[in-house]
Amino acid sequence: MPVTAVLILAAGTFAIRIAGPLLRDRVTLPDRVREIISASATVLLLALVAVSALTNGKSFGGWALAAGVVAGGLAAWRKLPFVAVIVLAAATTAGLRFLGVA
Amino acid sequence: MLLRDVAAVALGAAVTGASFGAISVGSGLPWWMPVLMSLLIFAGGSQFMAVGVVAAGGSPAAAVLAGLVLNARHLPFGLAVGDVLGNGWLARIVGSHLLIDESTAFAMAQKDPARARAAYWACGVTLFFTWNTGVLVGALAGQAIGDPMTFGLDAAFPAAMLALTLPALKDAATRNAALTGAVIALATTPFLPAGVPVLLALAGLVAFRSTSKKEEPCPSPQS
Repeated sequence: MPVTAVLILAAGTFAIRIAGPLLRDRVTLPDRVREIISASATVLLLALVAVSALTNGKSFGGWALAAGVVAGGLAAWRKLPFVAVIVLAAATTAGLRFLGVA
Repeated sequence: MLLRDVAAVALGAAVTGASFGAISVGSGLPWWMPVLMSLLIFAGGSQFMAVGVVAAGGSPAAAVLAGLVLNARHLPFGLAVGDVLGNGWLARIVGSHLLIDESTAFAMAQKDPARARAAYWACGVTLFFTWNTGVLVGALAGQAIGDPMTFGLDAAFPAAMLALTLPALKDAATRNAALTGAVIALATTPFLPAGVPVLLALAGLVAFRSTSKKEEPCPSPQS
């Protein structure tokens, strides 16, 4: 991993990050477009949740991982504290793996 | 309340960072390389990806490209939460560097702009410090750090993101779009490079348009 590669990845990532805030300044967006942009962030976040909960690389991520995220999701839905959501998710997955569930 | 929630996510980030440092050094990189990457790139997924590509014998160019594709989602994130950064150019630059999944999700989960700004900055700054500290410790301690999968930390990240996304999903149009998008992302994951399926989820916004037009005859103040 040459330093040049790190610098290019860092610069490119920063350009991607700052593009959104800068573009937002330049143009005044109609309310409908704002709604769609706001929804798009939620769409991306839930897709990220689905992919990181159910897959590992290009294949299924295993039952222990899926069950942990489901446990955390149920806890969040039942309005348990955020910390409890995270601990429950991690503990469920870790516990199932300890018991030999992949 | 907010700080406690941020601390929970930050703890997970620190341990995951430690494993990134350990894995990088284990793959033959000098200790300062993962540290430099974490400070300058500050996007965990793309860092793991880049180190993994090179460790598997791929070219640095392929590693950079894969990392950039994975980070492309930050552009729409910036469009969505860009106004919480602040107005000065310094706030804009520093705030943009802190634009990560977690800070976006924390900002989106707040009800008013002032709280969103506080949540964004609290999450971004805290995770910047804990992630980088974790990476440094992991790089120095090397293989003494355990596998974060043993602790189930790979479940902690999606669970935290899900909890932060739930309030926005109460809106039917948003929920339809997000569920459609999630199905698209999952269905395409086996066939496409990492990062692309999540971007394709944006096609789920088709469901957002059609449903909201049917179900909302008058404009609603709650979005």
